[in-house]
Amino acid sequence: MAPDELLTVRGLEVYFPIKQGIVFDRTIGHTKAVDGVDLGVVRGRTLGLVGESGCGKSTLGRAILRLVEPTAGSVVFDGIDLATLKGDALRTIRRRMQMVFQDPMASLNPRHSVETILTEPLRAHAISFERGKRVRELLDLVGLPKNSARRYPHEFSGGQRQRIGIARAVALEPELVIADEPVSALDVSIQAQVLNLLEEIQDRLGLTYLVIAHDLAVVRHVSDDVAVMYLGGIVEQASSDQLYASPLHPYTKALMSAVPVPDPVVEDRRERILLTGDLPSPANPPSGCRFHTRCPFRQPTRCSDERPGLREMEPGHLVACHWAEQIAAGQITPSEPALETDPDRSGAQRAPAPATGAPTSG
Amino acid sequence: MQEDPTAGSEPPRTDPLLRVRDLSVTFQRRGQEATAAVSEVSFDVRSGQHVGLVGESGSGKSVTSLAIMGLLPDRGVRVGGTVEYEGRDLLAMKAADKNAIRGRQIAMVFQDPMTSLNPVINVGLQIAEVIERHRDKSRGEATEMAVDLLHRVGIPDADRRVHEYPHQLSGGMRQRVLIAIALACEPRLLIADEPTTALDVTIQAQILELLKELVADTGTALILITHDLGVVAGLCDEVHVMYSGRVVESAARRPLFASPRHPYTGGLLASIPRLDSPRGEPLQPIPGSPTDTLPWDEGNCAFAPRCGNRIERCTEDTPRLQDAGERSLRCFNPLHGGSRQGTGDGAR
Repeated sequence: MAPDELLTVRGLEVYFPIKQGIVFDRTIGHTKAVDGVDLGVVRGRTLGLVGESGCGKSTLGRAILRLVEPTAGSVVFDGIDLATLKGDALRTIRRRMQMVFQDPMASLNPRHSVETILTEPLRAHAISFERGKRVRELLDLVGLPKNSARRYPHEFSGGQRQRIGIARAVALEPELVIADEPVSALDVSIQAQVLNLLEEIQDRLGLTYLVIAHDLAVVRHVSDDVAVMYLGGIVEQASSDQLYASPLHPYTKALMSAVPVPDPVVEDRRERILLTGDLPSPANPPSGCRFHTRCPFRQPTRCSDERPGLREMEPGHLVACHWAEQIAAGQITPSEPALETDPDRSGAQRAPAPATGAPTSG
Repeated sequence: MQEDPTAGSEPPRTDPLLRVRDLSVTFQRRGQEATAAVSEVSFDVRSGQHVGLVGESGSGKSVTSLAIMGLLPDRGVRVGGTVEYEGRDLLAMKAADKNAIRGRQIAMVFQDPMTSLNPVINVGLQIAEVIERHRDKSRGEATEMAVDLLHRVGIPDADRRVHEYPHQLSGGMRQRVLIAIALACEPRLLIADEPTTALDVTIQAQILELLKELVADTGTALILITHDLGVVAGLCDEVHVMYSGRVVESAARRPLFASPRHPYTGGLLASIPRLDSPRGEPLQPIPGSPTDTLPWDEGNCAFAPRCGNRIERCTEDTPRLQDAGERSLRCFNPLHGGSRQGTGDGAR
């Protein structure tokens, strides 16, 4: 892919064991949270990662930083394979990649003042700094009042807390920032402030972003490139404009048609592709294409027995669907959502789930 | 204020089903100052009409719905105004009379399906319970009806699911069960408080479609409470935008979205990234946060500290809700209703 990738992920897998037993734990299966993901983030750009809850997008973000250990695959950051690093070497490289978390209340220590929160990364990495000056710089960067340094997280509103989280993430002047649902915990009128701030900081500091979110409109707004994830795998990746102008994968199409648009004129005339059923359990993913159990374009052949890989259909536009060309050409039309009223079929599709004891959401 | 009979696409009817007038809710804790969570809220719901209450957290939209249903605790809460259901004031009614209406004629769907279902009772019984209580059926009949209802709300394999417990169902299925409970008695008014906020977009689309169909089938009126203007745009005939406990703008949905007049409504619409707007333009956020509000009563507009259209009068006088053509508006210096950009064809 593009030559100037800051981050390259190849065949990444994260499996969580499902254990059973009282005295001896036996592993009876695995939850395949991330199952063979290839991803590239180009330096200075923003890659948006979208998917519904339970698709593994957060686990992927954490596995990249090695906050969870990947089961297999490689994560190459600036030419260095992170999987081979240990101890000090890993610490040093983590300085160059930081994370912004979803819930600013849960990710800020309530007993630490803003000053302590913002300088902790610097102290942890034993970087010398001028305390007052650095904190002032950071507060200024994220648009918080100067007198914030001595205050505590509970004294701030949600949006301001997220600003503190962002200031902490950029305190070490990282190259890569992974933002996991940076605005989903915020009020609508505040989301725009934080999104604009993220963009502004990127311009000023030349950061590379991986933004993980479930909100397609948010992702479209901040991202140069977008990857769509479904049940542990990437199903489509393209530049933001390409993806939103002509989504190729049936899941992406359905996802985009499901997003409500605050405009009655648009809402009244657009056609929804309604998906039936829920996300299958990642402990027992469907055979073949992961999406075939809910896909309105499902075909009798290939879909249920052959897992499609990501392939380049147009320059820079990758899709994991056997029938993407035919769907794009209009040769395959979506079937009526008959599944919902057909208990036998949907029942059979969901039947394996209770056997693993892992409901898909919970 | 809202008697305008042309509002919404419904033909004018004589009496509204629900008539809320000057509803106010004040929370008073011992030793603390009283907080007015909601005041001066007035609106009508005609049968078959879909009304949206929109606002951010703290705007009082949920408290409004709880007050209508009479679900607020007695102690420490003062509810004022009137809520007339078919001409009878729910607020002045005795508990027994209220119970005959609640659940039977007015039903509610809550936001979080995990906390509003009983975890130790199977879902079939939770539905059957409502039917037994309100419709005088035996347990057996009620259970059969429960299976039917589960089927109607699109739960596959309803015969088996009826015996399952909430934890065995996914979030979307649980929300369907809640809708089944709410619709069990074929209510005339359904209040849905953030019915899809806890759900993923594809599931949200399913649930909204389901609500739309069921409500259309039975002619049930709907009050939809949400923070998501997109959801309202697709579902409601009339929209009331709330800020800090008061309605700031009310209009039929098309004029409201096409040309918002209150600066808060306009600000909300401009700050939402849209799938169909041109990319690369920075969003125009509303400055400050919902906590930066002034109390309405002290001679100012609560939104004034965040408002881009503020004039001197906004901090000297409290604006009243006034008729402004086809809508009502609480603002001294409203936007001039130029149509918003971005009504493009990009949405798919």
